[in-house]
Amino acid sequence: MTTITLASKRRRSALKTLAFMSPWLIGFAVFFAYPLISTVYFSFMHYDGFGPPTWRGTRNWTYVFQSYPLFWPALRNTLWLVLVMVTLRVVFGLGVGLLITRIRTGTGVFRTLFYLPYLAPPVAATMAFAFLLNPGTGPVNSLLERVGIPAPGWFGDPTWSKPALTMLALWGVGDLMVIFMAALLDVPTEQYEAAELDGASPWQRFRYVTLPNISPIVMFAVVTGVIQTMQYYTQPLIAGKVASGVIQGAGTQFEPGYPERSTLTLPQLVYNLGFQRFEYGPACVVALVLFALSMVFTAFLMRRRGGLIQAGD
Amino acid sequence: MPEVSRKAALALAASAAMALLATACTGQPDAGANDDASKDTTINFWHAWSDPSEVKAVTSLIDGFRKAHPNIRVNVVGNMTDDKINQALRTGGAKAPDVISSFTTNNVGKFCSSGALVDLNPFFEKTGTDPEKTFPKAMNEYTQFDGKRCTVPLLGDAYGLYYNKDAFAAAGIKNPPRTWSEFEADAKKLTIPQADGYRQLGFMPDYHGWESTTEHYFAQFSPAYFDSSGKSSLATDPAFEKGFTLQKRLVDELGGYRKLEKYRAGLGDEWGPKHPFHTGQVAMQLDGEWRLGMAEEAKPKFEIGVAPLPVPDDQAGQYGKGYITGTIAGIAATSKKQNAAWKLVKYMTTDTDAVVGFANDIHNVPSTLAALKSPKLKYDPRFKTFLDIAANPDSTTTPASINGGQYLVTIQQFGYDYESGRAKDLKAGLLRTAQQIDTDIAQAK
Repeated sequence: MTTITLASKRRRSALKTLAFMSPWLIGFAVFFAYPLISTVYFSFMHYDGFGPPTWRGTRNWTYVFQSYPLFWPALRNTLWLVLVMVTLRVVFGLGVGLLITRIRTGTGVFRTLFYLPYLAPPVAATMAFAFLLNPGTGPVNSLLERVGIPAPGWFGDPTWSKPALTMLALWGVGDLMVIFMAALLDVPTEQYEAAELDGASPWQRFRYVTLPNISPIVMFAVVTGVIQTMQYYTQPLIAGKVASGVIQGAGTQFEPGYPERSTLTLPQLVYNLGFQRFEYGPACVVALVLFALSMVFTAFLMRRRGGLIQAGD
Repeated sequence: MPEVSRKAALALAASAAMALLATACTGQPDAGANDDASKDTTINFWHAWSDPSEVKAVTSLIDGFRKAHPNIRVNVVGNMTDDKINQALRTGGAKAPDVISSFTTNNVGKFCSSGALVDLNPFFEKTGTDPEKTFPKAMNEYTQFDGKRCTVPLLGDAYGLYYNKDAFAAAGIKNPPRTWSEFEADAKKLTIPQADGYRQLGFMPDYHGWESTTEHYFAQFSPAYFDSSGKSSLATDPAFEKGFTLQKRLVDELGGYRKLEKYRAGLGDEWGPKHPFHTGQVAMQLDGEWRLGMAEEAKPKFEIGVAPLPVPDDQAGQYGKGYITGTIAGIAATSKKQNAAWKLVKYMTTDTDAVVGFANDIHNVPSTLAALKSPKLKYDPRFKTFLDIAANPDSTTTPASINGGQYLVTIQQFGYDYESGRAKDLKAGLLRTAQQIDTDIAQAK
């Protein structure tokens, strides 16, 4: 009798646990596990949205890696953006945060000014940048030419298109600035006072007091930055479309990445293959590559966490 | 708690399986022409026109249909791209389109091979209409793929040459060019440099110059895109090499790729009043028949001339031909009101007065043989050039392919590499591009 009661009690508590967990479980199953499983499944199938999917074996995989001319340029661009854009965004965001915490008057004005661009919708912001950086008529180039600096082609030149996108990303660094500011204001002032008494220079104070204190936030900024950049889609697509002259025209066929595939990113390929060519198999392969890359980057960064974050954090 | 985690795993697996099963039951076209078209009903019609004058023309076309079929209401949704139409055709549902029209003839192969649009042959048979006797030959060809007629022509497009008569007179040119070598000489004469740009450019040869796409240039060389076994002829048909060489020479002679692209970046967009041809910034423009109306609406400060595009010097006898394409209409496979939808498609595409009225309003080429001859067809005398191009037996179109216009996108992409100097070896590039086209087609099968 006692054993039965114990078993039923345990079952009841297990069910209770499961009931409490169910919102997450359902969400996980529907929005993560199912899409992931079906992505893997469709990566081995031929499917165009009509009729039943048919078995393809590894043909979609070999197609993407060997015969799809856009894959490698898109991968290279995505990695470039992850390395350069994320690094610069974190450095710039931290720099702006540091500057604003040091300012004594008009802090509110500067905070607002730096935060405002972040609120601009990505399409509008990109169009504005494409206008400002227009190599023919843009005010930036007119100014550069007037002071005798050779003006770059920006979104029209493959060498300059990614730096131009990076500038756009730096302009919208307001989100990082806010979290860095919060972290910087949290650093205990007595630590700075102690360091100052020990004769630490401003750089040493930053290196040995500020940085260790804000390292979890730096880590957060890097990890979320990497994931965001892996999903980078709207800005390069709009910039490429505007610069190539293909803005409208319902019958216009447009291959993303203008100029010379320099603004092509992996998410654009998922769209191009999946929702323009309706070849879901190869689209799933690219999506899985993207997923694997995000996992690798995040795992690598989380392992490095020990070096960045001190014990007790 | 091992039991809990086992149960959690079970629950997870079960919900994933349920989700899989649930989706396995959807997404398939579940329809047929079983509806009664004489009953009161509402159908959805998606089209791609967006300009206010064009949208007005669609409205008056639908008003005409409503008068003839008062029991069928039509929900019209405009400004739809092929991407959106394609997605809606796959999803289905009450808000999805029953009838679609698209500007992209290139997508017919995909629409037919995927089964997104229904085969209209049985409908034509039922109503006793013979498409071959109804539509012009080229239009009849580009609306079907592999024996399946999944689309019908809804107005056609012909491509020709627009030129600035005042600029021609100022440069001492009497007639529009008939061969590419005359065209080259004229383009150079009409180009007036200014600082590091142009006061007037004779012609914008870049493939990013809107309608100056590879297929529009190459049509003048009458190329065969595929051989009898369905493989790409890009590397074997000399027409392509000639087309690419001509365009590259124009790019180099008129200032070079960088200079032209910089100039292009500052020009107004294709569909706005500041189009560089309207403003006099370029003196010649490769474009479709709709440009005449748009250009006149922008009230240019010069007289507009219209002519067929030039032909290669060794094909001078074929002067007058051009590229033909057009808008297409079809019925969604997911539609549950296919008989009612057919009434609309039939009216829009075969009723002579409806076709003529719509062609008059939208400044496109009519798409039926009867409408082309209709005395109600009102047009500027210059527009006749496009009607002649459409009727010219040497005019060409681009063939339908299983993966739609992907092969054209691939050729165009090579064009970008070649015009910019990134790809230097034309023969090797054509061979590589042809292989890419074949691989993509095999992948789509």
